[in-house]
Amino acid sequence: MRILRAIFGHTSGRIGGAIVLLYLVIALLGVMGFTPHDPLMQNRLDRLHSPTITYWMGTDLFGRDVASRLMRGVGQSFTVAFLSVAFASLAGTVLGLAAAWFGHRLDGIIMRLMDVLLAFPAILLALLVVAIVGPGTWTSVVAIGIVYTPIFTRVVRGPALSLKARDFVDAARTFGSSRTYILTRHLLLNLVAPLTVQITLALAWALLTEAGLSFLGLGTQPPASSLGLMLSDSRNLMETAPWLLVFPGLAIMVSILGFNLLGDALRDILDPRMRRSNP
Amino acid sequence: MSPLLSVRDLRVGFGHDPEVNQVVRGVSFDVAAGETLAIVGESGSGKSVTALSINRLVDFGGGRIVSGSVKLKRADNSILDLTAATEPQLTKVRGAEIGMIFQEPMTSLNPVLSIGTQIEESFRLHRGLTGKQARAAAKDALDRVRIPDALRRLKYYPNQLSGGMLQRVMIATALACNSRLLIADEPTTALDVTVQAQIMALLAELKRETGMSMIFITHDIGLVAGIADRVMVMQNGQAVEQGELNQILDHPQHPYTQHLLHAVPHFASGQAARTDGKRDSEASVDPALRVDGLTVRFPVTSGVFRRPAGAVHAVEGVDFDLMPGETLAIVGESGSGKSTTARAILGLTKSTRGTFSAVRQEASARQSQRPVQMVFQNPYASLNPRLSIASILAEPVIAAGGRLDVQTRDRMSMLIERVGLPSNSLDRYPHEFSGGQRQRLCIARALMLNPSVVVLDEAVSALDVSVQAKVLDLLVDLQREFNLAYLFISHDMAVVERIAHRIAVMYAGQIVEIGRAAAVLANPQHSYTQRLIAAVPTVSRRKEHFELDTRQVPSLVRQPGFEPAPADWTHFGADHKARTEAPPYSQTAG
Repeated sequence: MRILRAIFGHTSGRIGGAIVLLYLVIALLGVMGFTPHDPLMQNRLDRLHSPTITYWMGTDLFGRDVASRLMRGVGQSFTVAFLSVAFASLAGTVLGLAAAWFGHRLDGIIMRLMDVLLAFPAILLALLVVAIVGPGTWTSVVAIGIVYTPIFTRVVRGPALSLKARDFVDAARTFGSSRTYILTRHLLLNLVAPLTVQITLALAWALLTEAGLSFLGLGTQPPASSLGLMLSDSRNLMETAPWLLVFPGLAIMVSILGFNLLGDALRDILDPRMRRSNP
Repeated sequence: MSPLLSVRDLRVGFGHDPEVNQVVRGVSFDVAAGETLAIVGESGSGKSVTALSINRLVDFGGGRIVSGSVKLKRADNSILDLTAATEPQLTKVRGAEIGMIFQEPMTSLNPVLSIGTQIEESFRLHRGLTGKQARAAAKDALDRVRIPDALRRLKYYPNQLSGGMLQRVMIATALACNSRLLIADEPTTALDVTVQAQIMALLAELKRETGMSMIFITHDIGLVAGIADRVMVMQNGQAVEQGELNQILDHPQHPYTQHLLHAVPHFASGQAARTDGKRDSEASVDPALRVDGLTVRFPVTSGVFRRPAGAVHAVEGVDFDLMPGETLAIVGESGSGKSTTARAILGLTKSTRGTFSAVRQEASARQSQRPVQMVFQNPYASLNPRLSIASILAEPVIAAGGRLDVQTRDRMSMLIERVGLPSNSLDRYPHEFSGGQRQRLCIARALMLNPSVVVLDEAVSALDVSVQAKVLDLLVDLQREFNLAYLFISHDMAVVERIAHRIAVMYAGQIVEIGRAAAVLANPQHSYTQRLIAAVPTVSRRKEHFELDTRQVPSLVRQPGFEPAPADWTHFGADHKARTEAPPYSQTAG
């Protein structure tokens, strides 16, 4: 509650939060099928129709409603983004905590592995994974998840190392608290703030990476729709039907802007150094 | 003749509205040439802000001088109001006329520059010296602060020098330009007692040699006696009392000054030692904790292949026993191994050798698997900020396999009340409590499992002096009520005198003297104990001359396979013994 109120009181938090909320509603409607038209239904009479009352964002080459496809596409992109960030944050947290807690050799092995992953550009690494496994929705989830795991590992390991040396962890050891208890109550609970910020920002990157993969034809497969796929389809019709390009492009841009604004706001709110000045 | 510095009705505020958030509220004082003014107060009293306002460093910390004047008589006898001075004027005054030394010498120096470079910088800036001249001046400056082997030490980096040495370097830098006023902001708080005494002696000597004035800020009224001419006591941003040293110490007028002088533990050479000790010579009670030959060594490796090159002998053959209801204080300077001893007993550090056995208290409803509990030094770091007080207190019970049931809740409420906290504390979070209250919470947490031994590692050192006294009283009460044995680790002899029945003095990883508190404090036998006790500042030692002693603690790194000679004890009466000293040590100790 306190955090929601703080977000509302923060300018970029208010804007970002509103955008993200709007997208979540659209994505939910899209996934559940509450779209103005059937996003897959082809209507030969209404091919490449410019935006009208019936077709808010026009129609594409096969006469499918762009607005409906966009809603379904946002749903698809968000599903992939959320699942992949869930994967990355879970894997990253476990690896980061393990590296920080056990230290020594395990720390070295995990962190060097993460360095190797970080050395690849995000999209290239995702491409590599897709190339090995083959394209598809679940492949994108795993590929994007792997790409962002190292970031979470680093975000967790640093603070976990410093928390591990704090007196309350020593105190817990003197009581004989179990490792699980210390790791969850003393380390993880104190990592909630940085993880929340990181998850919000990672969602923005994941959306972009998903769009990139789909654009290259390695993510969501037609006839299902996704933002990247719609952009890709619009390439050859840019001059005759600009609405095919403008709406998905805007959708991607605004969603990433929303998550970034929200992430920045969360960072301001949750950072203890900021908390002192505006309690 | 007008004074060197004259402060009138100084008001300093912070934040968006400095008029409202005033931290210093109308302070006036004068400092004459060659005089030392001590500003005494607890944290938050505004003493540091007052000092920082004089050279306007407070501007960099977000503070603003709201009103008042700070008039400095400059070297050419012109008078400058520092509150109205421009930044270029201030830059000339800082360093050249007003020098400053801070509390933390470790963080006041740049770690990537050699100390020589940093001192030379000061000479370059203020006196325009360069090259060889600057280097020679830097060497002289180090000589002046009695750093032995100055020429070689110029090439050292801050991490190669001890805290006391670094504080000397800081003083040397501050004095580089013959400033006529030195502001010393708690310059010895971060240092050991013996080192503190040396720094105090050094400051007193330098003052005599150069005739500079000094503003000395401290929370320890005991330190003031050794150095100040005049004292100003501050509370809540106001000067509640100021006057001559003797007048303030002997006839304090304001209740707060009286409180500082009487409520606060002061060292009294064993006269204030506890007398309720009940260690009978042949009592049949088993000790609550018996430590036998405890040794902790940390391996030192070198080279690519991590070849063992020796070991740090942090704790070497420590043995003692601790009776129920008794306090054993372990005193010694940092690096003497007193904290490592505690950590080894708690199992936080692995002991290399030795045994310790703790006995459970017999009639305990909930038998604890862990009869030894610990209270840490820093109350801000030892409570998880994300857990409620109830969860924090429940943790030891849950760790011992218990549950958060009615019985546990009853014990929580009982202990919360017993340590003097409001009964609604359980649902609150650590950040809602002050340092002293947090330490009470830590004590309550340590008592949740009904331990027989509580290890208190510098448990009151981080607290303000008057809070310290209250927590000490609480500890004594709890000890009587629950028949607790305390292992009290501290560097503060005044605090130790208040709470200890017996004292063990540690030096370089070994116990050098152990015995009844009154005996050890009043009649120290080992040369190190003597040195330690001589260094304790007290109100009664006015302007006493400390011997300058530049000896360093011996290195504890030993070759692999090194075994120290077995201890050879000399007994001085019942329950008081000291390690017999090898001739080389006692020769240099003279």
